Amino acid sequence: MNLLSFFNRRTSAPVARERLQILLAHERGIVGGKPDLVAQLREEILAVVRRHVMVEQDNVQVKMNRDSDISTLEIEIEIPAPVAARA
Amino acid sequence: MAKVLVVTSGKGGVGKTTSSAALGAALAHGGEKVVVIDFDVGLRNLDLVMGAERRVVFDLINVVQGDAKLNQALIRDKRLENLSLLPASQTRDKDALTEEGVARVLDELRQKFDWIICDSPAGIERGATMAMRHADVAVVVTNPEVSSVRDSDRIIGLLDSKTELAEKGGRIEKHLLLTRYDPVRAERGEMLKVDDVLEILSIPLIGIIPESEEVLRASNVGSPVTLNNPASAPGRAYFDAVRRLKGETVELTIPTDKKGLFGKLFGRRAA
Repeated sequence: MNLLSFFNRRTSAPVARERLQILLAHERGIVGGKPDLVAQLREEILAVVRRHVMVEQDNVQVKMNRDSDISTLEIEIEIPAPVAARA
Repeated sequence: MAKVLVVTSGKGGVGKTTSSAALGAALAHGGEKVVVIDFDVGLRNLDLVMGAERRVVFDLINVVQGDAKLNQALIRDKRLENLSLLPASQTRDKDALTEEGVARVLDELRQKFDWIICDSPAGIERGATMAMRHADVAVVVTNPEVSSVRDSDRIIGLLDSKTELAEKGGRIEKHLLLTRYDPVRAERGEMLKVDDVLEILSIPLIGIIPESEEVLRASNVGSPVTLNNPASAPGRAYFDAVRRLKGETVELTIPTDKKGLFGKLFGRRAA
């Protein structure tokens, strides 16, 4: 990390990159008719989690990385504390 | 064997016409016989960018419909005799482009030229699909900006499904041309980097055209930037892209317009 990025941590390009990767994985499935594996995994994993706990859209962080050799999917879900614990 | 190359992008204003003219002129400069066709029926501009706007008599639609011979519509460039332009019609609409008509014109052009460059209109409608329909090679022009990258992704999908080559089970050769790139802003994290765009679109890179005032200067005077100022940063970048198109391996660099102190002080020369 260089000095410049140290003083200016909130850069916008990484945000653009993340937004595009998530949007395009989704759109490729719809438009191309050939569902993207990573996008499909994301949808199905979220569906499984939602079957057990209510998850707000805002509490889900999805990161996807696509490369010629390896693609990664990172899903971070904030699971709310169980109701019994709160009472 | 003639190659049909489509210059496309989905989004408007990213540099399709500028790139069509610059690539066409650079190829012709290297001795290839080149024709550049404007497919933007109703909103033609390639004639203006190439400085031939006062020489248009017949156009692509006239030839497609059989109202004029190909040779009557082709405009030979005044600077390079092996560079020609086939202008679009300004008064008709894109529905006048029939698939059979376009195929017939391209077949005739294949006999006369080494490279046929189809300058696509923006969008994904008839004009754009006709421009890519018979292509062997595609250059996808993209700016390092979210809406342009998204639209390029859509166009790549169409190239893989709606072209004649794709329908026959073949695979169209696709190349990414990243235009209006600013390496300083990209390094600061203010602009998508080359690698970001490549990772997202996953097609091979044919060139990086740096943001430069030379591009506007060239279009102001109606000359492709590769002819108007071949030594400029965008000029060199387009020449490198053409060498890669022809199959050469050229190290990827982002040319810059180096200015000395004198240039910085008195840099505002008129075109």
